[in-house]
Amino acid sequence: MTEPGQAANALELKDLSVAYRVGRRNRAVLRNVNLTIKAGEAYGLVGESGCGKSTVALSVVRYLPRNGSITGGSIALDGKDVMKLDAEALRRARADSVSMVYQDPGKALNPSLRIGRQLTEIFELTGVTGQAAQDKALAMLNRVRISDPASVMQRYPHQLSGGMQQRVAIAMALANDPSMLILDEPTTGLDATVEAEVLDLIGQLRRELSASILFISHNLAVVSNMCDRVGVLYAGMLVEEGSTKDVFNDPRHPYTVALLRCLPRGGQRKDQGRLDTIPGFLPGIGATIAGCAFADRCALATERCRAEPPPLYELGDGRLSRCHYHDKAQSLPRATPAEIAAAAPKQAPPVLQVEGLNKTYASHGRPLRAVKDVSVSLRPGETLGLVGESGSGKTTFARLLLGLIAPDDGGSIELEGKQLAPRLASRSEDQVKAVQIVFQNPDSALNRSHSIRHILSRALKRLGGLSGKTLDTRLEELVRSVRLTDRHLAVKPRQLSGGLKQRVAIARAFAGDPRIVVCDEPTSALDVSVQAAILNLLADLQSRQDVSYIFISHDLGVVRYLSDKIAVLYLGRIMEFGPSEAVFSGPHHPYTEALLSAVPKLDRTESLRIRLDGEIPSAANPPTGCVFHTRCPRKIGAICETQEPELTEVQPGHTIRCHIPYAELAKLQKPKTMETA
Amino acid sequence: MVFLGGQVLPGNVGRAILGPFADQRAVDALNHSLGVDRPLLVQYGSWIWNFLHGDMGTSYVFRAPVAPFVVDALGNSMKLALVAFVLVVPIGILGGVIAALNFNRPLDRIISLGGLSVTVLPEFVTGIILILIFGVWLRWLPIAAAWPKGAGFFTQLYYLILPSLPLFLVLFGYIARMARSGMIEALDSDYTRTAVLKGLPWRTVIWRHVLRNALLPTITVIATQTGYLIGGLVVIETLFRYQGIGSLIFTAARGKDFPMLEAGILTIGIVYAVATLIADFLYSVLNPRIRLGAEQ
Ligand SMILES: Nc1ncnc2c1ncn2[C@@H]1O[C@H](COP(=O)(O)OP(=O)(O)OP(=O)(O)O)[C@@H](O)[C@H]1O
Ligand code: SF4
Ligand code: SF4
Ligand SMILES: [Mg+2]
Repeated sequence: MTEPGQAANALELKDLSVAYRVGRRNRAVLRNVNLTIKAGEAYGLVGESGCGKSTVALSVVRYLPRNGSITGGSIALDGKDVMKLDAEALRRARADSVSMVYQDPGKALNPSLRIGRQLTEIFELTGVTGQAAQDKALAMLNRVRISDPASVMQRYPHQLSGGMQQRVAIAMALANDPSMLILDEPTTGLDATVEAEVLDLIGQLRRELSASILFISHNLAVVSNMCDRVGVLYAGMLVEEGSTKDVFNDPRHPYTVALLRCLPRGGQRKDQGRLDTIPGFLPGIGATIAGCAFADRCALATERCRAEPPPLYELGDGRLSRCHYHDKAQSLPRATPAEIAAAAPKQAPPVLQVEGLNKTYASHGRPLRAVKDVSVSLRPGETLGLVGESGSGKTTFARLLLGLIAPDDGGSIELEGKQLAPRLASRSEDQVKAVQIVFQNPDSALNRSHSIRHILSRALKRLGGLSGKTLDTRLEELVRSVRLTDRHLAVKPRQLSGGLKQRVAIARAFAGDPRIVVCDEPTSALDVSVQAAILNLLADLQSRQDVSYIFISHDLGVVRYLSDKIAVLYLGRIMEFGPSEAVFSGPHHPYTEALLSAVPKLDRTESLRIRLDGEIPSAANPPTGCVFHTRCPRKIGAICETQEPELTEVQPGHTIRCHIPYAELAKLQKPKTMETA
Repeated sequence: MVFLGGQVLPGNVGRAILGPFADQRAVDALNHSLGVDRPLLVQYGSWIWNFLHGDMGTSYVFRAPVAPFVVDALGNSMKLALVAFVLVVPIGILGGVIAALNFNRPLDRIISLGGLSVTVLPEFVTGIILILIFGVWLRWLPIAAAWPKGAGFFTQLYYLILPSLPLFLVLFGYIARMARSGMIEALDSDYTRTAVLKGLPWRTVIWRHVLRNALLPTITVIATQTGYLIGGLVVIETLFRYQGIGSLIFTAARGKDFPMLEAGILTIGIVYAVATLIADFLYSVLNPRIRLGAEQ
């Protein structure tokens, strides 16, 4: 099979076509995909949700869903045709040469077996049993740098954090020393810093192992940091391929160009213009595609594009583009104009003033201070970005504002100068209307059995106190303001895509002319193109209605785009608070510095990265002194362990909680210019 | 515990006793007779008090303490229920597992449809059919369940097979269906995919990874089915002229022997409650998430 003297490609897909059977018809999902991964190479596969990325991965390991079938082409692993293997040979291929890690490690591990058992069974396949298998399993856990591997062996999956679970899943995947490792969105859904840790781990392991990698992700920045080459998948077709550097810096397909433009890059802010978007949707599975699959959404499309399917043009240097006009791809006109009216500087009195807010939960008899002594203020039309790892108190703070939980006695929340009752039930109707929320997952927030019209009319009735004719006019306005159409009013939530559902959720939050809208990870579940549209929408609504946002997201690029002020939280305390630009460009708190350096960057200028080691301490038992000292890379000595630093104003409106003086921080952080992707 | 047992009994006591497929008129009659008799709260309380102390009252019909009757009958019923259970649990689970492993193939269809159809047939129908086939026509099994005095274990078992079959059939469908859907869910899960992609042999995947997670919910169902099993006893025991708790209650209800009736019902309630407790206990032992949740 392998020609002598030439190493086989780790993976070779030739004209791979896959279909899912839906409603008695086979619907094409992958269309003649050709893809080669050389031995030792890391290949990234990107594209919008539903374009068929996972289907590629599942075809390679021959584990398609029941209704899926390979309708054409071939798959070769290490030169062996996977489709010709019988059951036993396929099992051996899985045992010996290919491994896969996927999203949601919590589900990928067997809930009723100990971690140790799930690892040792892999070694038992090769005849290593008993203590030897135990030792090997332990070595594997050490290799993925999990803390306290011996105790992890004894635990069940639900006793591990998400990051640890994914480490275990990676350990299992590497246990057989595979020649091909498939990673399908291995960090999606993990916290930003956990994501960075896991990616670091994968990067390090890559150097230690000889495995080739197929890395699937919708996060372009992550792929650009991990992979040598990248392929862009659209509607089950490869539309562009090349070295990562080339594709991301000099894209040759309009789709790639558009995808890259959707990301807020280089510290872009809302007052510098809107993000670009991609209009329309991915063709559904099984759609007949006459010309170019992207034609309906492409501003460069011509008659020729609609009639004649573009071949994969070879552009030299291993670059491919499936576009008739690949040389003009970058001249793609914007889908959304960038211009916006410059917002007037705001000097209005604060709409929100929070003073000394505390929230203590009881956890096994011990007090757990989820939010400790938080004070912030926010003016109309401003966005406060909340930043911090999971467990830092972001969501608790949001819930306190909304009155869903009552704070400890003593603190105060003032809305437009008036004291806000701690509990929702005791707030006046106007106050309830004034503070609204948009969640990460619109599904859980929208009643699935009602039509969109019903959902929004009810909100207008309840929050806006409207009825009859006025309600109808206002409904129309509201629907237009979030760029939905009448067509969407009649349908139920499940008939809408994630992005459209999120628009409905936003419309509902805006039904009663809110003063403050809490946005809790509103775009985390969305594709970049949809995310861009939602961020634009939020920015537009804000500039028109002077509404303020409390914006929570683990994507710092997104937070930076939308925020005027940033509060960095750690274990319920504000570590840094100030104008967005000051916080991001620094000098900043050592924790902020670490968070920023954990962000994967698109342009691959690997700056010196600061890693946060170790687990986040428990809020029920916070470290003494500065709560960050157990993980702080800039810790200066005993004082950090004994004395909690004050939140000190270092510049007008910019406060930092650290023993290191501001001038010193400036000196320490100067050599590396921090920039988010 | 006894109090709890009494509470666990569903609202419609007659329905609970006579089983889900009993004639509505019989249920009404039983309910009526119970309702008419229901003593004042105080009397009820003192009766409970006595029950707690082992004094179940005195039978109107036999002019003798109720307790020995109830204990004997319960023992007999337990034997019958046990035989049915020992037969149906493994076979029902096996049926469900086989169906799931052959998802949407003929074998799956046969098991699923067969299970469903025997489940919807009331016990007395299947009971009569079985009597006709095995007792009258083939003459393989005795048609009355009462074995000769002093019969040994195997003889008793032999006599119990035919009466336990209708119960078996009713339960088989439920258990198989539950096991099947649990299996299908587990087979479709990510952890099964992980196990398969590790390159484990198929049998290991099923035995080690799929079965345990798949059968967890089935255990709960089996426990709730205990209720049906006991309800079904009334019909079956009457049909096969078997001296169990079901026929005891039936006779007592017909003879307006209220102390006997109440003692019988309360006993069933207790059995039901105990079975539920055992099921909960088993479930939490098998499920590490619940077992270890408290430690954290
Ligand atoms: N079992 C199935 N039956 C029918 N359609 C399916 C099935 N599985 C996936 N699809 C559809 O096939 C298309 C490709 O799915 P796939 O999971 O490969 O996409 P993806 O690129 O991995 O998306 P994501 O980024 O959301 O994971 C989607 O439109 C999806 O809805
Ligand atoms: S072929 Fe035409 S429609 Fe397709 S991407 Fe190129 S320019 Fe756009
Ligand atoms: S006070 Fe010390 S430990 Fe805390 S952030 Fe500053 S340097 Fe680090
Ligand atoms: Mg996917």
